[in-house]
Amino acid sequence: MNRFMLFFHKLGSPPWFYQFSGRLLPWLWTVFLVLAATGIYLGLVKAPPDYLQGESARIMYIHVPSAYLSMMIYALMAVMGFIALVWHVRISEIMMISSAPVGAMFTALALITGSLWGRPTWGTYWVWDARLTSELVLLFLYLGIMGLYAAHDEPRKAARAAALLAIVGVVNLPIIHYSVLWWNTLHQPPSLTTGGSSIHPSMLWPLLVMIVAWKIYYIANLLDRAREKLLDQDRNKRWVADLAHGDKT
Amino acid sequence: MHPTRKRRMIGLLVIIAGVGLASAVTFYALRQNMLFFVSPADIAEQQLPMGREFRLGGLVVPGSVKRAEDGLAVEFQVTDGSDSVTVNFDGILPDLFREGQGVIARGSLETPERFMAREVLAKHDENYMPPEVAEALEERGMHYRPNNDSEGG
Repeated sequence: MNRFMLFFHKLGSPPWFYQFSGRLLPWLWTVFLVLAATGIYLGLVKAPPDYLQGESARIMYIHVPSAYLSMMIYALMAVMGFIALVWHVRISEIMMISSAPVGAMFTALALITGSLWGRPTWGTYWVWDARLTSELVLLFLYLGIMGLYAAHDEPRKAARAAALLAIVGVVNLPIIHYSVLWWNTLHQPPSLTTGGSSIHPSMLWPLLVMIVAWKIYYIANLLDRAREKLLDQDRNKRWVADLAHGDKT
Repeated sequence: MHPTRKRRMIGLLVIIAGVGLASAVTFYALRQNMLFFVSPADIAEQQLPMGREFRLGGLVVPGSVKRAEDGLAVEFQVTDGSDSVTVNFDGILPDLFREGQGVIARGSLETPERFMAREVLAKHDENYMPPEVAEALEERGMHYRPNNDSEGG
């Protein structure tokens, strides 16, 4: 077994996961705070206003990273759900279900900031175009996954049922992403693509910093939630008792 | 791979393929209804019924905007490059409404060339830049369009 595979196998062991994530977390939160502060300063103070939209374009420094994360988290949840369903890895189930609240928060944030931006730019808070509607469906998928998990008494069965819903909902991701290209929408096509960016570099840098900050936030928040769930599920296990008595495991 | 796991994996992949195919077929069937707006060329082509409400999208023809002396009434041309339609609107236009910019108007046709709008929304494109850059480009007679492959507007 090579070192990479060994790392993943170890990550599947609850005590090892708990210890490893505990060491990582203070670093993650520090990096997040530094990046978010830098990104917000660059975006709200340093970056120039847009030639057409003026100051309201600054909403994108929150909106674009949130929308990006809302989809990235969902994709990761589907991957973790797949692992949970095929291999029955408990850490994977916990990570999948612990991602849902963060994903739902970013989706709601993307919808709210987009709506606040839409009012001065488009002239309306909301329209039922393909992009906005499919993003709203994504929010309902997140809420559905959380609801399904909460409705079941047995946490492992609940997580697997929720994982199936997460996997089925993956069809919505290409719809959200390509909605602005496949159909006529009020929402504009993507500014950031694999082919490049149509955002001026002075405005692009703060945006990229914010995207990385949001990613780190997701990882840190996810690990915090997963650790809590793990302790709760394993409260009668030996390693938790050892931990409570102050033994280093 | 363990046979049970292999079976579960195949089951899941079949579910993913099935759901993907079902939604692809559904969206293909609904493709006309999924359009948020129609273009002037669609109107010229399809003979849309008079008085039926729909959304018209396109660029405001530069120099075509005529405002009423008193009140909010405004008239302008919307084009998609091949055809154009005259739009009448009596209301508050969004801040981003400019000549040459994209708009989406909700309303109905009075005659095949005249569209009575009840609501006008501005469509923003994917370009973001500081005012100085836009001015500099304007002076050199250029238009900032790095993503030529996407439809923009």
